[in-house]
Parts: sequence; C-alpha cells; structure tokens
Amino acid sequence: MIYRSHVLVCGGTGCTSSKSMEIIKLMNELLRENNIENEVKVIHTGCFGLCEKGPIVVVYPEGATYSRVTLEDVKEIVEEHLVKGRIVKRLLLGDKDAEDVSKALEEVGFFKHQVRIALRNCGVINPENIEEYIARDGYRALGKVLTEMTPEQVIDVMKRSGLRGRGGAGFPTGLKWEFAAKAKGDQKYVCCNADEGDPGAFMDRSILEGDPHTVLEAMAIAGYAIGANQGYIYVRAEYPIAVNRLRVAIDQAREYGLLGKNIFGTDFSFDIDLRLGAGAFVCGEETALMTSIEGKRGEPRPRPPFPANKGLWQKPTILNNVETYANIPEIILKGPEWFASIGTEKSKGTKVFAVGGKIMNTGLVEIPMGTTIRQMIYDIGGGIPNGKKFKAVQTGGPSGGCIPAHLIDTPIDYDNLIALGSMMGSGGFIVMDEDTCMVDIAKFFLGFTVDESCGKCPPCRIGTKRMYEILDRITKGQGEDGDIEKLELLAKNISSSALCGLGQTAPNPILSTLRYFRDEYEAHIYEKRCPAGVCKELLRYVIDENKCKGCSLCARKCPVNAISGEVKKPYHIDAGKCIKCGACIESCKFGAISKMA
Amino acid sequence: MSEMVTLTIDGREVKAPVGSTVLEAARIAGIKIPTLCYLKDINEIGACRMCVVDVGARSLQAACVYPVSEGLKVVTNSPKVREARKVTLELILSNHDRKCLTCVRSENCELQKLAKELNVGDIRFEGQNNHLPIDDLSPSIVRDPNKCVLCRRCVSVCKNIQTVAAIDANERGFDTVIASPFNMALNDTPCVNCGQCINVCPVGALREKDNIDVVWDALSNPDLHVVVQTAPAVRVAIGEEFGLPIGTRCTGKMVAALKKLGFDKVFDTDTAADLTIMEEGTELIERIKNGGKLPLITSCSPGWIKFCEHNYPDLLDNLSSCKSPQNMFGAVLKSYYAKKMGIDPSKIFVVSVMPCTAKKFEIQRPELAATGYPDVDACITTRELARMIKEAGIDFNSLPDENFDDPMGEASGAGVIFGATGGVMEAALRTVVDILSGKDNDNIEYKEVRGVEGIKVAEVQVPGGMTIRAAVAHGLGNARKLLEQVRNGEEQYHFIEIMACPGGCVNGGGQPIQPASVRNTVDIRAERAKAIYSEDEALTIRKSHKNPRVMKIYEEYLEKPGSHKAHELLHTHYHSRENYPDECSRI
Repeated sequence: MIYRSHVLVCGGTGCTSSKSMEIIKLMNELLRENNIENEVKVIHTGCFGLCEKGPIVVVYPEGATYSRVTLEDVKEIVEEHLVKGRIVKRLLLGDKDAEDVSKALEEVGFFKHQVRIALRNCGVINPENIEEYIARDGYRALGKVLTEMTPEQVIDVMKRSGLRGRGGAGFPTGLKWEFAAKAKGDQKYVCCNADEGDPGAFMDRSILEGDPHTVLEAMAIAGYAIGANQGYIYVRAEYPIAVNRLRVAIDQAREYGLLGKNIFGTDFSFDIDLRLGAGAFVCGEETALMTSIEGKRGEPRPRPPFPANKGLWQKPTILNNVETYANIPEIILKGPEWFASIGTEKSKGTKVFAVGGKIMNTGLVEIPMGTTIRQMIYDIGGGIPNGKKFKAVQTGGPSGGCIPAHLIDTPIDYDNLIALGSMMGSGGFIVMDEDTCMVDIAKFFLGFTVDESCGKCPPCRIGTKRMYEILDRITKGQGEDGDIEKLELLAKNISSSALCGLGQTAPNPILSTLRYFRDEYEAHIYEKRCPAGVCKELLRYVIDENKCKGCSLCARKCPVNAISGEVKKPYHIDAGKCIKCGACIESCKFGAISKMA
Repeated sequence: MSEMVTLTIDGREVKAPVGSTVLEAARIAGIKIPTLCYLKDINEIGACRMCVVDVGARSLQAACVYPVSEGLKVVTNSPKVREARKVTLELILSNHDRKCLTCVRSENCELQKLAKELNVGDIRFEGQNNHLPIDDLSPSIVRDPNKCVLCRRCVSVCKNIQTVAAIDANERGFDTVIASPFNMALNDTPCVNCGQCINVCPVGALREKDNIDVVWDALSNPDLHVVVQTAPAVRVAIGEEFGLPIGTRCTGKMVAALKKLGFDKVFDTDTAADLTIMEEGTELIERIKNGGKLPLITSCSPGWIKFCEHNYPDLLDNLSSCKSPQNMFGAVLKSYYAKKMGIDPSKIFVVSVMPCTAKKFEIQRPELAATGYPDVDACITTRELARMIKEAGIDFNSLPDENFDDPMGEASGAGVIFGATGGVMEAALRTVVDILSGKDNDNIEYKEVRGVEGIKVAEVQVPGGMTIRAAVAHGLGNARKLLEQVRNGEEQYHFIEIMACPGGCVNGGGQPIQPASVRNTVDIRAERAKAIYSEDEALTIRKSHKNPRVMKIYEEYLEKPGSHKAHELLHTHYHSRENYPDECSRI
C-alpha cells in the first residue's frame, strides 16, 4: 500500500517514557476517525538523538519535526497537518516560519554539525521491520563480503578504514580481527559488548533500539572474517526495549536466512544468541564480560592470554561494542577510503557522544572526529544555560577525566583526550559550569568506581575506597596537609598495578582534576573553603542585614529552627543549627540570604 | 625436554620452558618475587598484585600468570615495582584485623611474613574496616572474614579441586566477602568439612573449631578415664609444628608427649584400621560372593561420606557400612575395653587426634553412639595437639621415644598406610587376596594404588581365582570424575577407595599448615606419604588379619568379622542430605 504521509514517532527509551507509545495509539485512533488510516502510516522508530526535546514526531513528506509532543497535541497534528495539510507551527523544531521546514531543521545547530554513520538508521526506520533495514541497503554489506571478498580482504578493509573500538580503549578493530583470524582454534566466537555502563552514556542502547540489524549484520561480517560461526550479544537486562528489538531482529534475520546455515547460499553459517547482563559495570571489561557469559561471577582475568587467542570458553574470540559494529556495514559498502577521509589522522570516522550536564541541548550526537570541544558545546549543544561560564567537560565516564575551559579548542579524538588526562571512553560528554566543584566531581566519579569495583584485586577494591574516603574528608572540611600527596601516591600505584582497565583508570577523575584544578583541592584543605560553593559542610548561610526586611518567612520555612529574630528587624542564622538545606534562600523574596564559601 | 625461551630478568639472561610464567622463570634464576594469592596448581589468578613486575607494558603485570616469551625483559626490583607492592600490601593491611598477637596463625602467617619482607612500617592508608560476623556454627571450621585477604585460595580449592563450592565471593568491591550462598552458615551448606580451605589460607581467616579446652577439662577431671587415639597421618606430620623436616616420623615422640599431657592411655587408631579391614574386607567378599551391591566404596573419610550424602545419594548403598576407624575404636573402647578393664563406659572419655577437621563433624553424628555414649567424645587435629604440647611446655624434639599402651596399641603396617591415598585399598587387598586365595601371599605391596595420581586403577589377580578391579580417588573432584564413570556404566569396579583430601589423610584439613612458599616447591603429600610407607616397611606385621591384637578382640568379644555384635558396634548407616535446606542459619 502506498501512503501519502508517513508519521515517524520516536520509540527510544526517552520518548517511550514520555508516552510516545500512547501517542502512536491515539494517532491511529484519530486517523481512523478521520477516515485517513489508509492514507497515513504511523511508524515507531529509534531515537532521533534530541532526547531533551522528546517525544519527537516527524511527518513526511514535509519533514516537519515536532518536539515535546503531548497527547493533547496529537489531535491538532492529525486534524490540521494530516487532514488539512497545515503544519502545526507551534510544535516545530527549528525556524517556525521557514518555508521549507525540512531544510530549516537541518539548519538547527544540533543536527547541522552531525555526520550520522553509526546512527544512520536511528529515527529513520522501524527497527522491528527487517524490510525497512534492507531497503536502506541493509545486509548488502554482508552479501558483498560473503560473495565477493575473502576473509583476508575483509580484515584488510577494516584495517585500512582506520576504525578503532568505540567502547573505550580505541584499539584498532582490523588488527583485533586479524589476531583472532590468525589464532588457531576449532571454534571461535564473535561477541558484542552491549553492556553500556558509563553513567549518562546511551548511544549503544539507542543503536540497539533504533537499528538492531546493523549490529547483527556486522557481527556476521566479523564471523566470516575470523572464522566464527557463533555470536553472543551481551546486553544489559535494564535495556528491555533493546533486548526485545534484538530478539525480534534475530528472529527476522533467521527467517530471512540472513542468520543461520549457509547464508546467501554460501558455506558460511552464523548465528547469534543473547546473554543478559545484570548491570555490573565491570562486565563491560572484555574478560569479565566473557566470564559472565560463561555463567560465572563477572570478574576480569589477567591478560595475556588475550581473548583473540583465549577468550570465551578459552576459544579465540573478538569483542567489539555496539557502536563499533554499527559503522562496519557502511565501511564495507562505501569503502575504507571514504571512512578514513572523515576524522583526524589517527582517529577516523565519527563518534557518538551523549551530551549532558550544564548544556542547553542534551542528547545524542554523532560528530566527525576532530570536532572541537567548543563546537560541541556551543554549536551543537547550544551553550551553557543561564549565562553561566563554562568550566570543564568530563569525558570518558568514570575512567575519564575533566578537561578545563582553557583547552576548549582541542579537537576531540582518541589521542588528544588521552594526552589531556582524559579519554574517549564510550562517549560520555558531561558539561560543567562555574557552579561545579571539581573535588566534588572527582568524588562523584570515584564513588561510582568504588561501587562498581568487582573486588578481585586490592588496588581497586581497597585503594579506590581509600581515595574516596580522603576526598570525602576534603569535601567535609576535614582535609589534612598531605592528603593531596596521599591521593597522588594511591592514584599512581592503583593505575600501575590494578588487574583490569577499570581499576587502572579509576584514578583518572582525581588525577585530571588535580592536574587542572589543584587550587580547588588546596582551598578545601587549607582554607576550608569550597570555591564553587557546592560542598555543604564548607558553606555558611548568611542574611544580609541591609536587604533583610524582617518578614520572618525564612524563619518559618527553616526546618530546624536555625533562624531567629524580631519582626521588621534583620534576622540571623545560627550556623550551629543550620543544615544548609537552602529552604531559606528559596523563600526569601528580597534576595537577602546567600551562601558564603 | 620442552622448548625453551630466553628472557632477561633484572638484567640476567634466563632460559625457561615455553608456557611457564615469569614467576617460575624468576625462580629458576634464583630471583624471589613476593606472592600472596598464588598457590601452585590451586590458585593462579593474578588477583592480589603482590607479584607485580615491570615487563615494559603500560601497567605492571602479575608474574604468577604472565607467560614468558622470547626476548621478554622483566624488572622485578625497581622503585616503581617496590612501591606498587608496598602500597598494595598496605592497602590489604588497612582492612585486615591486625590482632596478630592472638591469631592462631601468628608466626605462620603469609601476610605477616610479607609485611616483614616488604619492610612495611606505618600503614599510610587507614580507613573503614569491615566488621563482619564470624561463622563458628560448624563443628569443624571457623570462618573469620575480618582476617580474610580475599586471595580466593579457599574458593578455588573448594570449587575447583573438591568440586564442593560451598563458598565463593559474595557482594562486590570493598564489600566483597567470601561466604556461602545466601550467607548460609557453613554448617548448613554442602560443605563437607574437609578443611582444605584452612590448609590453603595464607592468614587466620579459616581455622579449625578449637576443642582443646574440652580436652584439658577432661584431663583435669579425676573421675574420667581419658584415653587418646591417634590416626596414622598425625605421626608423620606433627614434627613440622616443631620445626622438623616434612616427612619426619615422630611416632615415639608423639606418644611420649601424649603421655606427658596426662592421658591415661595412649592408643593407636591403626589398631582400629586393622579392624576396619577385617570388617570391610569381609563385606567386600560377601558382596562379591552373594551378588551384593558393587562397587563397594570405602567409608573411612567423613568428608567423602558427607559429599556422597549430598551429591550421590543414589550410591549410598554402595558405601561400606563400616564406621571409620576413629569411631570403631571409640565403640570398642567403650564396650570391649571397658569390660576388660572394668571401667564404667560413662567414665571413659575418648579423645581422638586426627589429621582431619571432618572427624570433628563425624563424632557428632547421632548414629555413632553404639554403646549409648558417643563413640568419641572429643576430636582434635594435629595442629591442636601441637598447640597443647607447646602450651604444656613440653620440649617435643628432645622427648625420648615411647610406645603405645596395651591393650590397644598394636597395629599392622596395613593400618598405618590408611594415612595415604591408596592405603586403605592396599591394606584391604593384602587381606582380601589372602582370604580369597586361602594362602599367605608374599606380594603385599600394591604400588599401582600409591602416589598422587588423581585416579588410580588396579587389576589384582587373586592367585587361582578372580581378578579384582579396584580404583582409588583422592580429592573430591577426582572422586566426582570416577563416580560419574561408575554411574554411567563406563567403568566397573569391585572396590573403590575414596579419600576427601588430595593425597589422603596425610594432607588432611587438620594437618600442619605449610605456606605457599613451601607448597609451591615441595609436594607435601608425597613427602608425608613416604614416611607413612617407611613406617609400614619397618613393621614385621603388615597385614591386618595378622594383627594378634585384632584377632584377640574377635576371639574375646566380637566373635568374627561381620558378626551380629560387630555390626552393632562397628557398622553404621547413611542418609541423603539436602544441598540447600529451607531451614538454615544465616550469618
């Protein structure tokens, strides 16, 4: 059936939780009421990326993109746009008065600077319909590989493309495949790391939800390249939509003969099974992930032996993450030179970032490697809210570090970020403004690692705990002379002697903040002062006598009766009683109460 | 000779076999690298990071698992490496219950030794300490997680060697704790009380349930006639507690020490071992002749019995109904001996000295009270006996040899070899072959069942008769392998010996603890077994049925092997056990 209009409704986790499924249901009902259900087709897609503005609804052929659509808006979209052909301007994303709404959207900074390779199908196709994937050249790369290329040629293409692992360490994918291809073994495995664990990162989830077949296709290509016939996707159980779409996709691919025996009539057979992870961060580490697939407690084991030689069940195994796989079909189809033409000298292609924190546009963006931090924050991210100053950006999650404002023109790629004491990681990009305390931030990320340490090796198990305790003391005004040196000693030795990457990189948030914001640590320790005004124990709430009108409202709002005074005379806060909850500041109509660092 | 590679360690060229680790190569070169979690063949996981070395990689590598390769350059002693080890050790110590003065492992603690060797002074990184409950509900094993360094040796020996898996890491990060599933008390789990976890523990986190005070109390009670029996493996190991070389036979000194401690009689469990052979041998012959359930499986090892009750309830009928020698002896002491000596059995207090922690569990079995009184009243391990001797101020090494007391102090070599894997089998064959062939055979050494091979098989031709197919397994992982073969009909045997502990009783969970530094280079099972077999060779009577004392017991009291009376006193029964009972204590 041919439809005159297509309505794409985002079915990613963000939009789903703001009722996009109900929007679809209601829209279908209204289409029937208006007798146009045979003219307009409603499709739920993967994520468009601009989660902060969700739910997103896009109407084609106009390309009108509506944001923050509520159930109440659906009737208007149906009756005005779909029945009468009048675009609902008030809901439009981008220039609301533009003649060509589709072009106007492209001009929106958030989309304008993006190059979508890994996310190419997200928000475009129905992820639960294999035919839509096929219509977008899906499985053509697998067909090409199986019928026109030798495994060696596939590996050569991967090497020439310069693709590096998108999961964290940035190991060259082609090289990894080559090791596994050369490893001797009667049985080999292809694994996919879909155990996305960095706080705030959700690009892998988005790909699995929006374009699951690209991962399946790439895994089959990898299987052909290294000589494996079985794949495992290790996906977190907390991603129910992704898990479900993967199940649907695997079933459909098997039904179409794109997984299973003798794919495309060749001798190559390959199948994929899912393994659900319980959400331990350490299970994103490759050896821990494989140990977990084997049904054991997810803990890393020493390398060597490397998984390429002894991985899952001691067999040669490759593990790549979701985003890495999502690039591969395009590389096969468009060629390694095309891919290598994007990005920087040593970091090719694009990278998806989960942009969050103190920034206008939060969401997922895919940018060419080499885009600067400034472009990310101001051109794509729309700048810092409330006119605040940019202070630092945290990249790489708990293994990464903070990059300060004076390095804002650094082009983002693997090596630059490492050189600055941070890392690419899986693509977390958390923007911080002047109100952020860097000691507090270091404590936050370290707290995550302390919680997620598997407990196998003492440097990580006890060392991160001890560093956390020191940071905790510092933020509470109990820092001592020598604490910084102790942190440095611990950080250095945990980095050098922890068993796995999680432990070895755990000190990075401390090391990078010490590197760029040592003065803040010193202010906490020696002056018992938090320059950003964040650390509660180091703050004092004071009432400005000149501004206070003696209305008594703050005294009435104070939950611990710390404020006293006579009506119509300035009030006072008893610092001994004050719990620094901030209720007084919120209540004061005269701006008379402030925090003193 | 295997293929070799050449590497450089601290500037010195070293040749090491392909597949060996940097730690092994360093040992070849005479370079010492400190270790903590590593225990050869049992725990090779690179977890504790004490053995880190610089191989030129981004981070330091654990020498215990890092493979050698041609041209590898290793630095084991640089400021960076030393600092990393020291910081790690200080971190471990910062969350360790450092009550060394009162710790059972003081002076035999691998952590204490490391702290000294690495010159640890102040702990620079003090912080939160875990204060977790101690699990002392088991009659055999006490777990103190506050002393645990999470090396995982106990987990590995329990899971990989014994295939019991009663304990593993629970929780994670700083909260990680070695515990039973769902924090069940160890006593309520399928733990078989073998105590191998204690033997591999580098610190005092695992120890035997101490019964010394019970024994002291009995010894100081004038109303009690306190007798002690000592198992064969105790005498070849106790010397280690007093600095003697591994495998020193100390039978005479041990007897002398026991007498000095004040026991009224010092007897030899080996006498009961001979009795066991008479009963078990008879049982085997009867089962073979009457088409009874085969294979017959030995029942001397209480760890194995509990393992069978948990994991192979379908094989309970295959178990010999014989009590273990410990309990046979107790039953005989409180019946035959009591009558003979004219002592009220209620006044006899039987102490056993065992190489075993499972024996502590065994004596509590309600069915093991043939006379109406528990067969054995208190069971202490070799280690506890050594502590008693020290506490009493006895200079063990200078004691003159003394002999076991009459009337229960005489044993054959067959009784002695019970202490090593294959010993019960060999002892039984010495008797069974004689009985079946009806003559006194000279060939009494069945070397195919000796040694530390995990599963040993022997086909023994009875002169002029049948061929007995026998198998021996030691260590419960090996037992499981063997029993699976039996269960699925792959192999058929007449007689199987199973000992819970790898190496048999000489390596029991109650034996002196040798640190990894010794165990990594010496097979203590083999060294102690050598002493056992030399004790056997030194004896003139080497067959159980030639032991005049045993013959006399039958003549005077039990009538004959397998008699009604013998069954009443010397035999028992078994019952299946749930692995995860609904009702259980939580720690």
